[in-house]
Amino acid sequence: MTDTPALSHANIRPGRIIIWTLLFIGGLIMISPLLFMFSTSLKTADQVYDLRLIPAAPTLANYISVLADGRFMRWFLNSMFVAVTVTISNCFFDSLVGYTLAKFEFRGRYFVFIAILSTLMIPTEMLVIPWYLMSSQLGWLDSYWGIMFPGMMTAFGTFLMKQFFETVPNNFIEAARVDGLNEFQIWWKVAMPLVTPALSALAIFTFLGNWTAFFWPLIVTTSKELYTLPVGLSSFAVEQSIQWEMIMTGAAIATLPTLIVFLVLQRYIVRGVMLAGLKG
Amino acid sequence: MSTIELTKLIKRYGKVEAVKGIDLAIADGEFVVFVGPSGCGKSTTLRMIAGLEEISGGTLRIGDEVVNEREPKQRNIAMVFQNYAIYPHMTVRQNIGFGLYTSKLDKAEKNRRIEEAGRILGLEALLDRRPAALSGGQRQRAAIGRAMVRNPSAFLFDEPLSNLDAQLRSQMRIEIKRLHQRLKTTTVYVTHDQVEAMTMADRIVVMRDGHILQVGTPTELYESPVDMFTARFIGSPSMNLLPGSKCSIMASTATEGDILIGVRPHDLIARATATDEKTDLSLTGTVTAVEPLGPETLVHLDIDGTAIIATAKDKFVPAVGSTLTCTAARGSLYLFDAKTEKLLSRS
Repeated sequence: MTDTPALSHANIRPGRIIIWTLLFIGGLIMISPLLFMFSTSLKTADQVYDLRLIPAAPTLANYISVLADGRFMRWFLNSMFVAVTVTISNCFFDSLVGYTLAKFEFRGRYFVFIAILSTLMIPTEMLVIPWYLMSSQLGWLDSYWGIMFPGMMTAFGTFLMKQFFETVPNNFIEAARVDGLNEFQIWWKVAMPLVTPALSALAIFTFLGNWTAFFWPLIVTTSKELYTLPVGLSSFAVEQSIQWEMIMTGAAIATLPTLIVFLVLQRYIVRGVMLAGLKG
Repeated sequence: MSTIELTKLIKRYGKVEAVKGIDLAIADGEFVVFVGPSGCGKSTTLRMIAGLEEISGGTLRIGDEVVNEREPKQRNIAMVFQNYAIYPHMTVRQNIGFGLYTSKLDKAEKNRRIEEAGRILGLEALLDRRPAALSGGQRQRAAIGRAMVRNPSAFLFDEPLSNLDAQLRSQMRIEIKRLHQRLKTTTVYVTHDQVEAMTMADRIVVMRDGHILQVGTPTELYESPVDMFTARFIGSPSMNLLPGSKCSIMASTATEGDILIGVRPHDLIARATATDEKTDLSLTGTVTAVEPLGPETLVHLDIDGTAIIATAKDKFVPAVGSTLTCTAARGSLYLFDAKTEKLLSRS
């Protein structure tokens, strides 16, 4: 009898065992905070410092309590609104600019591209002050637009989309041009459907980035009604003298959309990361 | 349908002139094939007609109108590309219908045209498939369908069969020709394959280095090439060229050193036995290879270092390495000026 491929010697080489072990340990380190978050959210206040992963008396009381708090739902919806709006905006504008840079010859194209790309080198912390001053002068402080405007179009998204649009054969675009479509129609009807993997990756990264964004929303908002979830949760901690089980419950609920996005779209995330040659 | 007229048409890329002031009048309903080697300017000319390249100089008329400044969509032409340009995210029906995307026709008429194009091109059963499920030939037919439904005043084909295998290419050649006979739409077709040019064209335009060398019917170009390039380019296998000094020509109009003698492989006959036929050219050399094609055999010969091809008829297949004499009949020789490469005379 011959070995099945799964049991062949090639598959149980020592090198492979070491790799699997390292990957397992790495995975365990990464997932343990998540497990403790869910575990703590199922504990009562007096069990919080009991570090057992499976609570002695698991309870959903924290979830009921958090969801019953009107502010939490408001922050949840704020985060959802901000993340979805910014994602749609990025998919639209980054693609439009990326397409223009990839498929049109015009004077200064290279300069524009380099200028956009160079903004990637400036850390967010350095941009916050000009953003704040701008928001202040234009009356955007403490508003949804104030939270969203810095991310409505990004250099990263533009770069990603440009790289992908360059792979769309010019003949596709020229054929549509001969068929009578205007440039906007060509972009929308021909080019965009051909870059859906990149568009999906961009949408996922943008959504996740905005869903978890903390620093800028914290600075620009003062009204509690405008807080996004991460900002709201942090205020939760301050005013409630650090009730870890409640914070973990809030965080667990806040994590759900990102988990769902990851699970449903992980194929696109992996492909997007691979094709764009970037880290998430 | 429409006439197309190119007057002193020029295309420059920076300082490089890709098309150097060409003149051509294409009649209404005519099938004109541009042929020439890579980089000769044939595709650039086609793209200027389509409006995909700006015209650097000269005038382009479609019908009675000068269209130099017109956008592609304003020219009412349809184009079929080498890589089909069939959109992978659309079905065949959607791809064909895409040609009518900007049309103001009602939905029923659009559907009728799509169905009709599908029927003419034998794609009825495939209309709801995506391009990934089609063969190369079917994809190219879908691309032709997209061009057809618009009833354009002219069809432009840019090497549409280059990506197909030999058998499919020959089948599609016939289909495109048949389609032209049926629709009688002015057609400009670009290829580097002289067989396509010969079999499909009403007239062939031979281009080289941005110039038109010769325009004529396939027979005219085959029988009466104006220069060595056209003579070599048209006809398969290519015309043999020999320095005058290597030939024993009975009737020559120029001194041997100045001329090159051209003779088509099909006119240079290798026989097993000598013949009494009056010949103008007789060549003796060593057989280096043979290509039996059934009714005839192509014989590769080495004549004092010059490679030529002759034809052996009557099922005669000479042995490789043997010495063979081939002859060409009177009237089948072309005498070219070695410097200008122009045809001097025929003999």
